[in-house]
Amino acid sequence: MIYLDNAATTQVRQEVLDAMIEYMRENYANPSSIYQNASCVKVAMDVAREKIARAINADHSNEIFFTGSGTEAINWAIKSIAYELFENRKHIITTAIEHHAVLHTCKYLETVGYDVTYLPVDEYGMVTAQQVANAIRPDTIMVAVMMANNEVGTIMPVAEIGQAIKKINETRNREDRIYFFIDAIQAVGHIPVDVNELGVDLLAISGHKIYAAKGVGALYVRRGVKLMPFIHGGGQERGRRGGTENVAGIVGMGVAIELAIKEMQAENEKQTALRDYLITQILEKIPYSKLNGHPTKRLPSNVNIIFDYIEGEGILLMLDFNGICASSGSACTSGSLDPSHVLLAMGLPHERAHGSLRLSIGKDTTKEDLDKVIDVLPKIIERLRQISPLWEEKEGAI
Amino acid sequence: MYTEKVMDYFMNPRNMGEIEDASAVGLVGNAKCGDIMKMFLDIDDETGIIRNAKFKTFGCGAAVATSSISTEMIIGKTIHEALAVTNASVTEALDGLPPLKVHCSVLAEEAIRSALWDYAQKKGITIEGLEEPKTTDHHNHDV
Repeated sequence: MIYLDNAATTQVRQEVLDAMIEYMRENYANPSSIYQNASCVKVAMDVAREKIARAINADHSNEIFFTGSGTEAINWAIKSIAYELFENRKHIITTAIEHHAVLHTCKYLETVGYDVTYLPVDEYGMVTAQQVANAIRPDTIMVAVMMANNEVGTIMPVAEIGQAIKKINETRNREDRIYFFIDAIQAVGHIPVDVNELGVDLLAISGHKIYAAKGVGALYVRRGVKLMPFIHGGGQERGRRGGTENVAGIVGMGVAIELAIKEMQAENEKQTALRDYLITQILEKIPYSKLNGHPTKRLPSNVNIIFDYIEGEGILLMLDFNGICASSGSACTSGSLDPSHVLLAMGLPHERAHGSLRLSIGKDTTKEDLDKVIDVLPKIIERLRQISPLWEEKEGAI
Repeated sequence: MYTEKVMDYFMNPRNMGEIEDASAVGLVGNAKCGDIMKMFLDIDDETGIIRNAKFKTFGCGAAVATSSISTEMIIGKTIHEALAVTNASVTEALDGLPPLKVHCSVLAEEAIRSALWDYAQKKGITIEGLEEPKTTDHHNHDV
């Protein structure tokens, strides 16, 4: 199997698995218990927390809160800030190409009285710091922007956005300040993330995008930012998220993030070269194909290409038949009527957005894997175009 | 997700292509929604029997499979027998479709009816039980 869907999830790496097993078999005690076995479990969680804090250059490890997923971290961050300030301010700024975890949380908040601005993006899926600054109103509570887009891989100018918010906050009283939230789920462990450089207040991380297990995420919350309890229960996560911790997942995430940081530079160089090789070859070999997202300001792992006159699901089925795993932004694969909201926001018409293919490279991807794709993909596209009534009529049809 | 039969008809579509000088052509769906079916029929004017049917489809695996199997279901049949092909019979012939893909079988039924309507228009005849197809700008995805 050639796995090119690493933006969806990754394989748990051996070092992570080894670390996790220890905390399911030998050290399985509940970290809230008082016997010695339990305290070593607690220590292991603290070590993981420390590793995550270090990976994003947080000042203190107690600025890290563990969650059950990246989506949970996003929900927690946005709702916490929104609820805290509901009495006085109700405006949230985000972008049109956020993950559904952000968009649907904002849509929900709209139903309970908040006002949300969805900033449009350019053809690459980019917003500017100026756009954010222009959208800020006296009642703006928060700006929520993703660091790197999961579909098209575009890296947003989040540091500049952080600067713009900081500048505006300098003119405001402390109680009127605007909070800055970043969904860094596709970024952490892949590209450098420094919470101080970014000037971010809250930042969401996921474990399974960096070769840790599914079911664990984390939320960075800058010291001084009030975080509401999200799951009421026991005193876990300093009373803010009840429920016995996913100890093995947390320990594994610590190991994964530490390794990801250590290997980042070498991986980035390797994956960028593989990415550009794949993009160049596909665009060269397949007519009527176009790269989505920014050519250079993009994740080293992301390849996203539109093939005109065909629909994405067919590509995935045929790639799967050839043992290649990938994903698409077509309506059929999104489970809704519309194709990817990201591609639509970037200005692609519906009919073209249906024909997108995302191939996301991982640390174990080889050039041979990509050569197989480069061999079979042109035949697949050719075949689907033969079936498509739009191909023959392409001059007039679309 | 798909039955073996759907995958078979997607990977090895029967009757894919066009018919030159077809007696009738039906076109349903639109690119915006992500599926278009074009159906070509060769009909014996004397007997009203569909001698041949071919299709071209822009769409997902289910859209290709439903178009392909529906051509098989009408070849050799009379116009009236072809009108009896419904989305339910197409779905059944494929051993079922995922709920989100049932609209593809509706599109297949509509493609047959659209082609037969084209035939009736060209010949200036009325086919019992066949009404003018509705515009397909917003075909029904909620079936």
